Amino acid sequence: MDLKFKEKLSYKRYARFSSITFILFFLLWCILSYGGLVQHYFLPSPTDVIRDLYILFLHDGFMTDVIDSFMRVFTGFLISAVLAIPIGILMGSFHYFDALLSPFFGYIRFMPASAFIPLLILWLGIGFTEKIAILFISIFFYLVLFVADIARNVKRELIETAVTLGANKRQVLWKVIVPASMPGIWDAMRIMVGVGWTTLVIVEIVGAQTGIAAMMIESQRFLKTGRIIAGIITIGFLGLICDFFFKKTYNIFFKWAED
Amino acid sequence: MKLSVNNVTKTFYPHGKDSIEVLCPISLEIHTGDLYVILGPSGCGKTTLLRIMAGLEEPTSGEVYFEGQIVNSPSKERGMVFQTFTSFPWLSVKKNIAFGLELNGDNKEAIPQIVDYYIDLMGLKGFENYYPKDLSGGMKQRVAIARTLANKPDVLLMDEPFGSLDAQTRWQMQELLLKVRSELETTIVFVTHDVEEAVFLSNRLCVLSSRPAKIVQELKIPFGDERKLDIKGTKKFLEVEQTVHGLIRTSIGSVQ
Repeated sequence: MDLKFKEKLSYKRYARFSSITFILFFLLWCILSYGGLVQHYFLPSPTDVIRDLYILFLHDGFMTDVIDSFMRVFTGFLISAVLAIPIGILMGSFHYFDALLSPFFGYIRFMPASAFIPLLILWLGIGFTEKIAILFISIFFYLVLFVADIARNVKRELIETAVTLGANKRQVLWKVIVPASMPGIWDAMRIMVGVGWTTLVIVEIVGAQTGIAAMMIESQRFLKTGRIIAGIITIGFLGLICDFFFKKTYNIFFKWAED
Repeated sequence: MKLSVNNVTKTFYPHGKDSIEVLCPISLEIHTGDLYVILGPSGCGKTTLLRIMAGLEEPTSGEVYFEGQIVNSPSKERGMVFQTFTSFPWLSVKKNIAFGLELNGDNKEAIPQIVDYYIDLMGLKGFENYYPKDLSGGMKQRVAIARTLANKPDVLLMDEPFGSLDAQTRWQMQELLLKVRSELETTIVFVTHDVEEAVFLSNRLCVLSSRPAKIVQELKIPFGDERKLDIKGTKKFLEVEQTVHGLIRTSIGSVQ
Protein backbone atom coordinates (compact mmCIF):
# COMPACT_ATOMS: atom_id res chain seq x y z
CA MET A 1 0.00 0.00 0.00
CA ASP A 2 1.62 3.19 -1.25
CA LEU A 3 0.29 6.17 0.71
CA LYS A 4 0.12 9.43 -1.23
CA PHE A 5 -1.14 12.76 0.02
CA LYS A 6 -4.43 13.90 -1.54
CA GLU A 7 -4.72 10.70 -3.53
CA LYS A 8 -8.32 9.69 -4.18
CA LEU A 9 -9.30 6.04 -4.18
CA SER A 10 -11.67 4.68 -6.78
CA TYR A 11 -15.22 4.13 -5.57
CA LYS A 12 -14.74 0.37 -5.54
CA ARG A 13 -11.46 0.47 -3.67
CA TYR A 14 -12.92 2.89 -1.15
CA ALA A 15 -15.86 0.55 -0.55
CA ARG A 16 -13.56 -2.40 -0.14
CA PHE A 17 -11.39 -0.62 2.41
CA SER A 18 -14.28 0.76 4.40
CA SER A 19 -15.89 -2.69 4.63
CA ILE A 20 -12.73 -4.06 6.26
CA THR A 21 -13.38 -2.13 9.47
CA PHE A 22 -17.01 -3.20 9.61
CA ILE A 23 -16.13 -6.84 9.04
CA LEU A 24 -13.36 -6.81 11.68
CA PHE A 25 -15.71 -5.23 14.19
CA PHE A 26 -18.40 -7.75 13.41
CA LEU A 27 -15.94 -10.65 13.66
CA LEU A 28 -14.78 -9.47 17.07
CA TRP A 29 -18.40 -9.34 18.21
CA CYS A 30 -19.00 -12.86 16.86
CA ILE A 31 -15.91 -14.28 18.55
CA LEU A 32 -16.76 -12.70 21.91
CA SER A 33 -20.41 -13.73 21.87
CA TYR A 34 -20.54 -17.08 20.02
CA GLY A 35 -17.23 -18.12 21.52
CA GLY A 36 -18.77 -17.71 24.96
CA LEU A 37 -15.99 -15.37 26.07
CA VAL A 38 -18.56 -12.92 27.42
CA GLN A 39 -21.83 -13.83 29.09
CA HIS A 40 -24.75 -13.45 26.70
CA TYR A 41 -26.73 -11.15 29.00
CA PHE A 42 -23.70 -8.85 28.88
CA LEU A 43 -23.07 -9.14 25.18
CA PRO A 44 -25.75 -10.91 23.15
CA SER A 45 -24.79 -12.49 19.85
CA PRO A 46 -25.71 -11.02 16.48
CA THR A 47 -28.46 -13.61 16.07
CA ASP A 48 -29.91 -12.63 19.47
CA VAL A 49 -29.99 -8.98 18.43
CA ILE A 50 -31.60 -9.75 15.10
CA ARG A 51 -34.21 -11.87 16.89
CA ASP A 52 -34.84 -9.01 19.34
CA LEU A 53 -35.22 -6.53 16.48
CA TYR A 54 -37.70 -8.89 14.83
CA ILE A 55 -39.74 -9.27 18.03
CA LEU A 56 -39.60 -5.55 18.75
CA PHE A 57 -40.97 -4.50 15.39
CA LEU A 58 -43.41 -7.33 14.80
CA HIS A 59 -44.79 -8.09 18.26
CA ASP A 60 -43.96 -5.24 20.62
CA GLY A 61 -45.12 -2.31 18.50
CA PHE A 62 -41.65 -0.77 18.44
CA MET A 63 -42.61 1.17 15.30
CA THR A 64 -44.67 3.60 17.41
CA ASP A 65 -41.58 4.26 19.55
CA VAL A 66 -39.54 4.90 16.44
CA ILE A 67 -42.18 7.26 15.11
CA ASP A 68 -42.39 9.07 18.46
CA SER A 69 -38.64 9.53 18.56
CA PHE A 70 -38.52 10.61 14.97
CA MET A 71 -41.28 13.17 15.48
CA ARG A 72 -39.43 14.65 18.47
CA VAL A 73 -36.21 15.07 16.52
CA PHE A 74 -38.08 16.30 13.48
CA THR A 75 -40.12 18.91 15.38
CA GLY A 76 -37.18 20.13 17.45
CA PHE A 77 -35.03 20.35 14.37
CA LEU A 78 -37.67 22.06 12.27
CA ILE A 79 -38.38 24.77 14.83
CA SER A 80 -34.64 25.34 15.30
CA ALA A 81 -33.99 25.59 11.56
CA VAL A 82 -36.96 27.85 10.85
CA LEU A 83 -35.67 30.32 13.44
CA ALA A 84 -31.93 29.84 13.04
CA ILE A 85 -31.77 30.33 9.27
CA PRO A 86 -33.30 33.83 9.02
CA ILE A 87 -31.69 35.05 12.24
CA GLY A 88 -28.32 33.63 11.23
CA ILE A 89 -28.53 35.25 7.80
CA LEU A 90 -29.30 38.62 9.39
CA MET A 91 -26.38 38.19 11.81
CA GLY A 92 -24.03 37.36 8.95
CA SER A 93 -25.29 40.20 6.79
CA PHE A 94 -25.47 43.10 9.24
CA HIS A 95 -22.95 43.72 11.97
CA TYR A 96 -25.64 45.25 14.21
CA PHE A 97 -27.47 41.95 14.46
CA ASP A 98 -24.17 40.22 14.97
CA ALA A 99 -23.29 42.47 17.92
CA LEU A 100 -26.75 42.06 19.38
CA LEU A 101 -26.88 38.27 19.22
CA SER A 102 -23.54 36.63 18.48
CA PRO A 103 -21.86 36.99 21.90
CA PHE A 104 -25.07 36.01 23.69
CA PHE A 105 -25.73 32.94 21.56
CA GLY A 106 -22.06 32.04 21.72
CA TYR A 107 -22.31 32.06 25.51
CA ILE A 108 -25.41 29.89 25.66
CA ARG A 109 -23.91 27.49 23.15
CA PHE A 110 -21.31 26.43 25.70
CA MET A 111 -23.96 25.31 28.14
CA PRO A 112 -24.76 21.66 27.48
CA ALA A 113 -28.40 21.21 26.52
CA SER A 114 -28.71 18.36 29.01
CA ALA A 115 -27.94 20.82 31.82
CA PHE A 116 -31.29 22.46 31.10
CA ILE A 117 -33.25 19.25 31.63
CA PRO A 118 -33.95 19.73 35.37
CA LEU A 119 -34.98 23.33 34.81
CA LEU A 120 -37.20 22.55 31.86
CA ILE A 121 -38.86 19.62 33.60
CA LEU A 122 -39.65 22.04 36.43
CA TRP A 123 -41.09 24.57 34.02
CA LEU A 124 -42.71 22.38 31.39
CA GLY A 125 -43.17 18.91 32.93
CA ILE A 126 -42.00 15.82 31.08
CA GLY A 127 -44.25 16.06 28.07
CA PHE A 128 -43.60 16.69 24.41
CA THR A 129 -42.91 20.42 24.95
CA GLU A 130 -40.05 19.80 27.37
CA LYS A 131 -38.41 17.39 24.95
CA ILE A 132 -38.74 19.76 22.04
CA ALA A 133 -37.35 22.60 24.17
CA ILE A 134 -34.21 20.62 24.96
CA LEU A 135 -33.76 19.54 21.38
CA PHE A 136 -34.18 23.17 20.41
CA ILE A 137 -31.48 24.30 22.82
CA SER A 138 -29.10 21.67 21.54
CA ILE A 139 -29.63 22.53 17.87
CA PHE A 140 -30.61 26.19 17.56
CA PHE A 141 -27.61 27.93 19.12
CA TYR A 142 -25.09 25.98 17.10
CA LEU A 143 -27.05 26.20 13.87
CA VAL A 144 -27.64 29.94 14.14
CA LEU A 145 -23.91 30.62 14.58
CA PHE A 146 -23.13 28.23 11.73
CA VAL A 147 -25.55 30.05 9.43
CA ALA A 148 -24.22 33.45 10.48
CA ASP A 149 -20.72 32.32 9.57
CA ILE A 150 -21.85 31.03 6.21
CA ALA A 151 -23.72 34.24 5.35
CA ARG A 152 -20.76 36.33 6.50
CA ASN A 153 -18.50 34.46 4.07
CA VAL A 154 -20.54 35.29 0.98
CA LYS A 155 -18.02 36.91 -1.35
CA ARG A 156 -18.05 40.69 -1.00
CA GLU A 157 -17.72 41.06 -4.77
CA LEU A 158 -21.01 39.23 -5.33
CA ILE A 159 -22.79 41.73 -3.14
CA GLU A 160 -21.00 44.66 -4.75
CA THR A 161 -21.81 43.35 -8.21
CA ALA A 162 -25.49 43.20 -7.33
CA VAL A 163 -25.39 46.71 -5.88
CA THR A 164 -23.71 48.17 -8.96
CA LEU A 165 -26.39 46.45 -11.03
CA GLY A 166 -28.99 48.40 -9.10
CA ALA A 167 -30.02 45.99 -6.33
CA ASN A 168 -31.48 47.47 -3.14
CA LYS A 169 -30.86 45.97 0.31
CA ARG A 170 -33.81 43.61 0.16
CA GLN A 171 -32.76 42.36 -3.26
CA VAL A 172 -29.16 41.81 -2.15
CA LEU A 173 -30.44 39.78 0.78
CA TRP A 174 -32.90 37.64 -1.20
CA LYS A 175 -31.16 37.39 -4.54
CA VAL A 176 -27.53 37.14 -3.45
CA ILE A 177 -26.93 36.31 0.21
CA VAL A 178 -29.71 33.74 0.57
CA PRO A 179 -28.96 31.70 -2.56
CA ALA A 180 -25.20 31.98 -2.02
CA SER A 181 -25.57 30.66 1.55
CA MET A 182 -27.99 27.81 0.83
CA PRO A 183 -25.47 25.02 0.11
CA GLY A 184 -23.55 25.82 3.29
CA ILE A 185 -26.76 25.98 5.31
CA TRP A 186 -27.85 22.62 3.93
CA ASP A 187 -24.57 21.09 5.05
CA ALA A 188 -24.90 22.69 8.48
CA MET A 189 -28.40 21.22 8.81
CA ARG A 190 -27.07 17.77 7.94
CA ILE A 191 -24.56 18.00 10.77
CA MET A 192 -27.07 19.43 13.25
CA VAL A 193 -29.63 16.70 12.62
CA GLY A 194 -26.99 14.30 13.92
CA VAL A 195 -26.68 16.38 17.07
CA GLY A 196 -30.47 16.18 17.38
CA TRP A 197 -30.39 12.37 17.50
CA THR A 198 -27.67 12.47 20.14
CA THR A 199 -29.72 14.79 22.33
CA LEU A 200 -32.84 12.73 21.80
CA VAL A 201 -31.33 9.78 23.64
CA ILE A 202 -30.58 11.91 26.70
CA VAL A 203 -34.02 13.48 26.58
CA GLU A 204 -35.76 10.11 26.43
CA ILE A 205 -33.58 8.47 29.04
CA VAL A 206 -34.50 11.17 31.55
CA GLY A 207 -38.23 10.72 31.56
CA ALA A 208 -40.15 9.43 28.63
CA GLN A 209 -42.69 6.64 28.44
CA THR A 210 -42.27 6.14 24.72
CA GLY A 211 -39.47 6.40 22.24
CA ILE A 212 -36.46 4.37 21.25
CA ALA A 213 -34.33 5.33 24.26
CA ALA A 214 -37.27 4.84 26.63
CA MET A 215 -37.48 1.26 25.39
CA MET A 216 -33.74 0.91 25.95
CA ILE A 217 -33.84 2.14 29.53
CA GLU A 218 -36.72 -0.23 30.28
CA SER A 219 -34.82 -3.13 28.71
CA GLN A 220 -31.84 -2.32 30.89
CA ARG A 221 -33.99 -2.72 33.99
CA PHE A 222 -34.91 -6.26 32.86
CA LEU A 223 -31.41 -7.05 31.62
CA LYS A 224 -32.60 -7.46 28.05
CA THR A 225 -29.26 -6.43 26.60
CA GLY A 226 -30.19 -7.54 23.10
CA ARG A 227 -32.97 -4.99 22.97
CA ILE A 228 -30.62 -2.20 24.10
CA ILE A 229 -28.27 -3.01 21.26
CA ALA A 230 -31.23 -3.25 18.88
CA GLY A 231 -32.19 0.30 19.97
CA ILE A 232 -28.68 1.60 19.38
CA ILE A 233 -28.63 0.04 15.93
CA THR A 234 -32.03 1.56 15.11
CA ILE A 235 -30.89 5.06 16.11
CA GLY A 236 -27.73 4.68 14.09
CA PHE A 237 -29.76 3.60 11.11
CA LEU A 238 -32.17 6.55 11.41
CA GLY A 239 -29.22 8.94 11.65
CA LEU A 240 -27.80 7.40 8.52
CA ILE A 241 -31.10 7.94 6.70
CA CYS A 242 -31.17 11.63 7.70
CA ASP A 243 -27.61 12.04 6.50
CA PHE A 244 -28.43 10.33 3.25
CA PHE A 245 -31.47 12.56 2.79
CA PHE A 246 -29.43 15.75 3.12
CA LYS A 247 -26.63 14.48 0.90
CA LYS A 248 -29.01 13.40 -1.87
CA THR A 249 -31.09 16.56 -1.78
CA TYR A 250 -27.89 18.63 -1.76
CA ASN A 251 -26.89 17.07 -5.05
CA ILE A 252 -30.33 17.76 -6.47
CA PHE A 253 -30.73 21.36 -5.26
CA PHE A 254 -27.17 22.55 -5.63
CA LYS A 255 -26.00 21.11 -8.91
CA TRP A 256 -24.48 24.50 -9.57
CA ALA A 257 -22.26 24.52 -6.48
CA GLU A 258 -18.51 24.45 -6.96
CA ASP A 259 -16.82 21.78 -4.91
CA MET B 1 -21.86 61.84 -19.92
CA LYS B 2 -19.31 63.32 -17.59
CA LEU B 3 -17.59 61.68 -14.66
CA SER B 4 -15.19 63.91 -12.81
CA VAL B 5 -12.90 63.25 -9.90
CA ASN B 6 -12.07 66.38 -7.91
CA ASN B 7 -9.09 66.35 -5.54
CA VAL B 8 -9.97 62.93 -4.21
CA THR B 9 -7.78 61.52 -1.44
CA LYS B 10 -8.08 58.32 0.53
CA THR B 11 -6.45 57.31 3.77
CA PHE B 12 -7.01 53.93 5.39
CA TYR B 13 -6.71 53.18 9.08
CA PRO B 14 -6.21 49.44 9.12
CA HIS B 15 -5.11 49.11 12.76
CA GLY B 16 -6.77 52.04 14.42
CA LYS B 17 -4.23 54.81 14.51
CA ASP B 18 -1.67 53.78 11.89
CA SER B 19 -2.72 55.44 8.69
CA ILE B 20 -1.95 54.46 5.13
CA GLU B 21 -2.30 57.20 2.57
CA VAL B 22 -3.44 55.58 -0.64
CA LEU B 23 -4.39 58.48 -2.89
CA CYS B 24 -2.79 61.92 -3.09
CA PRO B 25 -5.24 64.49 -4.34
CA ILE B 26 -6.31 63.16 -7.72
CA SER B 27 -8.37 64.98 -10.29
CA LEU B 28 -9.46 63.68 -13.64
CA GLU B 29 -12.36 63.89 -16.02
CA ILE B 30 -13.96 61.25 -18.20
CA HIS B 31 -16.21 62.12 -21.13
CA THR B 32 -18.61 60.24 -23.36
CA GLY B 33 -16.85 57.76 -25.60
CA ASP B 34 -13.61 57.64 -23.65
CA LEU B 35 -11.79 54.43 -23.07
CA TYR B 36 -9.87 55.83 -20.16
CA VAL B 37 -7.21 53.57 -18.73
CA ILE B 38 -5.81 54.08 -15.26
CA LEU B 39 -2.40 52.45 -15.17
CA GLY B 40 -0.28 52.01 -12.08
CA PRO B 41 1.94 49.54 -10.26
CA SER B 42 0.37 46.86 -8.05
CA GLY B 43 -0.94 48.15 -4.78
CA CYS B 44 -0.78 51.80 -5.83
CA GLY B 45 -4.40 52.58 -5.08
CA LYS B 46 -5.87 52.46 -8.57
CA THR B 47 -8.53 49.98 -7.56
CA THR B 48 -9.45 52.21 -4.63
CA LEU B 49 -9.81 55.13 -7.02
CA LEU B 50 -12.12 53.11 -9.26
CA ARG B 51 -14.18 51.94 -6.30
CA ILE B 52 -14.61 55.54 -5.20
CA MET B 53 -15.80 56.37 -8.71
CA ALA B 54 -18.30 53.50 -8.48
CA GLY B 55 -19.54 54.74 -5.13
CA LEU B 56 -18.43 51.56 -3.37
CA GLU B 57 -16.05 53.54 -1.17
CA GLU B 58 -16.05 57.06 0.19
CA PRO B 59 -13.16 59.42 -0.46
CA THR B 60 -11.42 60.83 2.62
CA SER B 61 -11.62 64.24 1.00
CA GLY B 62 -12.63 65.59 -2.39
CA GLU B 63 -15.58 64.38 -4.39
CA VAL B 64 -16.65 62.50 -7.49
CA TYR B 65 -19.31 64.03 -9.72
CA PHE B 66 -21.39 62.07 -12.16
CA GLU B 67 -23.48 64.23 -14.47
CA GLY B 68 -23.04 67.08 -12.02
CA GLN B 69 -24.30 65.05 -9.05
CA ILE B 70 -22.08 64.02 -6.17
CA VAL B 71 -21.47 60.27 -6.12
CA ASN B 72 -22.02 58.78 -2.67
CA SER B 73 -23.43 55.36 -3.39
CA PRO B 74 -23.28 52.76 -6.15
CA SER B 75 -25.80 52.93 -8.95
CA LYS B 76 -26.59 51.04 -12.10
CA GLU B 77 -25.52 54.01 -14.22
CA ARG B 78 -21.96 53.14 -13.25
CA GLY B 79 -21.65 49.42 -13.98
CA MET B 80 -18.68 47.57 -12.58
CA VAL B 81 -16.70 44.51 -13.64
CA PHE B 82 -14.35 43.05 -11.03
CA GLN B 83 -11.08 41.19 -11.29
CA THR B 84 -12.38 38.20 -9.34
CA PHE B 85 -15.02 36.08 -11.02
CA THR B 86 -18.38 37.39 -9.91
CA SER B 87 -20.84 35.34 -11.93
CA PHE B 88 -23.59 34.23 -9.58
CA PRO B 89 -22.85 30.51 -9.39
CA TRP B 90 -26.49 29.51 -8.81
CA LEU B 91 -27.66 31.15 -12.03
CA SER B 92 -27.14 29.93 -15.57
CA VAL B 93 -25.31 32.19 -18.03
CA LYS B 94 -28.65 33.41 -19.35
CA LYS B 95 -30.01 34.17 -15.89
CA ASN B 96 -26.78 35.88 -14.89
CA ILE B 97 -27.05 38.27 -17.80
CA ALA B 98 -30.71 38.92 -17.03
CA PHE B 99 -29.97 39.63 -13.35
CA GLY B 100 -29.79 43.42 -13.55
CA LEU B 101 -32.73 43.65 -15.93
CA GLU B 102 -34.93 41.67 -13.56
CA LEU B 103 -33.89 43.75 -10.56
CA ASN B 104 -34.91 46.97 -12.12
CA GLY B 105 -38.39 45.89 -13.12
CA ASP B 106 -37.75 46.35 -16.82
CA ASN B 107 -40.28 45.19 -19.33
CA LYS B 108 -40.31 41.44 -18.64
CA GLU B 109 -41.12 40.37 -22.20
CA ALA B 110 -38.16 42.27 -23.60
CA ILE B 111 -35.59 40.58 -21.33
CA PRO B 112 -34.97 37.35 -23.31
CA GLN B 113 -34.34 39.36 -26.45
CA ILE B 114 -31.87 41.68 -24.74
CA VAL B 115 -30.12 38.70 -23.16
CA ASP B 116 -29.84 36.98 -26.53
CA TYR B 117 -28.29 40.07 -28.05
CA TYR B 118 -25.53 40.19 -25.41
CA ILE B 119 -24.96 36.44 -25.58
CA ASP B 120 -24.30 36.89 -29.29
CA LEU B 121 -22.19 39.99 -28.84
CA MET B 122 -19.96 38.44 -26.17
CA GLY B 123 -19.55 35.15 -28.03
CA LEU B 124 -21.43 33.11 -25.45
CA LYS B 125 -23.67 31.29 -27.89
CA GLY B 126 -24.09 27.64 -26.94
CA PHE B 127 -23.32 28.36 -23.29
CA GLU B 128 -26.67 29.95 -22.37
CA ASN B 129 -27.67 27.23 -19.95
CA TYR B 130 -24.27 26.50 -18.45
CA TYR B 131 -23.58 27.21 -14.81
CA PRO B 132 -20.50 29.34 -14.11
CA LYS B 133 -18.62 26.42 -12.55
CA ASP B 134 -18.50 24.77 -15.98
CA LEU B 135 -17.03 27.86 -17.66
CA SER B 136 -13.38 28.85 -18.15
CA GLY B 137 -12.09 32.07 -16.57
CA GLY B 138 -12.37 33.94 -19.86
CA MET B 139 -15.96 32.82 -20.33
CA LYS B 140 -16.84 33.88 -16.78
CA GLN B 141 -15.53 37.36 -17.51
CA ARG B 142 -17.55 37.46 -20.73
CA VAL B 143 -20.63 36.72 -18.66
CA ALA B 144 -19.73 39.44 -16.14
CA ILE B 145 -19.23 42.00 -18.91
CA ALA B 146 -22.42 40.98 -20.72
CA ARG B 147 -24.38 41.20 -17.48
CA THR B 148 -23.15 44.71 -16.81
CA LEU B 149 -23.66 45.88 -20.40
CA ALA B 150 -27.18 44.48 -20.56
CA ASN B 151 -28.02 46.91 -17.79
CA LYS B 152 -27.09 49.78 -20.13
CA PRO B 153 -24.79 51.70 -17.82
CA ASP B 154 -23.62 55.17 -18.84
CA VAL B 155 -20.10 54.21 -17.95
CA LEU B 156 -18.48 50.81 -17.52
CA LEU B 157 -15.90 50.64 -14.73
CA MET B 158 -13.51 47.71 -15.10
CA ASP B 159 -11.09 46.71 -12.35
CA GLU B 160 -8.32 44.61 -13.92
CA PRO B 161 -10.97 42.41 -15.50
CA PHE B 162 -8.44 40.32 -17.42
CA GLY B 163 -5.88 40.17 -14.62
CA SER B 164 -6.41 36.52 -13.78
CA LEU B 165 -6.56 35.23 -17.36
CA ASP B 166 -3.76 33.60 -19.34
CA ALA B 167 -2.02 35.67 -22.01
CA GLN B 168 -3.89 34.33 -25.05
CA THR B 169 -7.29 34.67 -23.46
CA ARG B 170 -6.36 38.12 -22.25
CA TRP B 171 -5.52 39.26 -25.82
CA GLN B 172 -8.72 37.75 -27.10
CA MET B 173 -10.69 39.61 -24.45
CA GLN B 174 -8.93 42.89 -25.19
CA GLU B 175 -9.92 42.65 -28.84
CA LEU B 176 -13.44 41.65 -27.89
CA LEU B 177 -13.72 44.63 -25.59
CA LEU B 178 -12.71 47.01 -28.38
CA LYS B 179 -15.21 45.39 -30.73
CA VAL B 180 -17.99 45.70 -28.19
CA ARG B 181 -17.06 49.27 -27.50
CA SER B 182 -17.21 50.29 -31.15
CA GLU B 183 -20.57 48.56 -31.50
CA LEU B 184 -22.22 50.00 -28.37
CA GLU B 185 -20.20 53.22 -28.04
CA THR B 186 -19.80 52.52 -24.36
CA THR B 187 -17.72 54.81 -22.20
CA ILE B 188 -15.18 52.75 -20.26
CA VAL B 189 -12.83 53.35 -17.36
CA PHE B 190 -10.34 50.51 -17.20
CA VAL B 191 -7.82 49.86 -14.45
CA THR B 192 -4.73 47.76 -15.09
CA HIS B 193 -1.07 47.34 -14.14
CA ASP B 194 -0.19 45.92 -17.55
CA VAL B 195 1.48 48.56 -19.75
CA GLU B 196 0.86 46.74 -23.01
CA GLU B 197 -2.80 46.26 -22.19
CA ALA B 198 -3.11 49.91 -21.21
CA VAL B 199 -1.56 51.19 -24.43
CA PHE B 200 -3.51 48.79 -26.62
CA LEU B 201 -6.90 49.63 -25.17
CA SER B 202 -6.89 53.28 -24.23
CA ASN B 203 -7.59 56.42 -26.09
CA ARG B 204 -6.71 58.33 -22.93
CA LEU B 205 -4.22 56.95 -20.48
CA CYS B 206 -3.49 58.10 -16.96
CA VAL B 207 -0.26 56.89 -15.36
CA LEU B 208 -0.28 56.72 -11.58
CA SER B 209 2.75 56.57 -9.29
CA SER B 210 3.23 53.96 -6.60
CA ARG B 211 1.48 54.49 -3.28
CA PRO B 212 0.32 57.07 -2.39
CA ALA B 213 -0.90 57.37 -5.96
CA LYS B 214 -0.67 60.65 -7.78
CA ILE B 215 -1.03 61.32 -11.47
CA VAL B 216 2.36 61.13 -13.18
CA GLN B 217 1.00 62.04 -16.57
CA GLU B 218 -2.09 61.86 -18.74
CA LEU B 219 -1.56 60.88 -22.37
CA LYS B 220 -3.63 60.60 -25.51
CA ILE B 221 -3.02 57.33 -27.33
CA PRO B 222 -3.08 57.92 -31.07
CA PHE B 223 -4.13 54.58 -32.59
CA GLY B 224 -7.73 55.31 -33.53
CA ASP B 225 -10.70 53.20 -32.54
CA GLU B 226 -10.31 50.27 -34.93
CA ARG B 227 -7.41 48.35 -33.45
CA LYS B 228 -6.36 44.80 -34.11
CA LEU B 229 -3.93 42.78 -32.02
CA ASP B 230 -1.25 43.05 -34.71
CA ILE B 231 -0.61 46.71 -33.91
CA LYS B 232 1.13 45.45 -30.80
CA GLY B 233 4.15 44.57 -32.94
CA THR B 234 4.41 47.91 -34.73
CA LYS B 235 7.22 50.37 -34.11
CA LYS B 236 4.81 53.11 -33.15
CA PHE B 237 3.17 50.91 -30.53
CA LEU B 238 6.46 49.82 -29.02
CA GLU B 239 7.58 53.44 -28.84
CA VAL B 240 4.50 54.47 -26.89
CA GLU B 241 4.91 51.45 -24.67
CA GLN B 242 8.53 52.45 -23.95
CA THR B 243 7.49 55.99 -23.11
CA VAL B 244 4.89 54.73 -20.65
CA HIS B 245 7.35 52.28 -19.11
CA GLY B 246 9.70 55.20 -18.65
CA LEU B 247 7.03 57.22 -16.87
CA ILE B 248 6.34 54.40 -14.45
CA ARG B 249 10.02 53.78 -13.82
CA THR B 250 10.69 57.41 -12.91
CA SER B 251 7.62 57.46 -10.65
CA ILE B 252 8.73 54.40 -8.73
CA GLY B 253 12.27 55.69 -8.46
CA SER B 254 15.42 53.83 -9.29
CA VAL B 255 16.57 51.01 -6.99
CA GLN B 256 20.24 51.85 -7.35
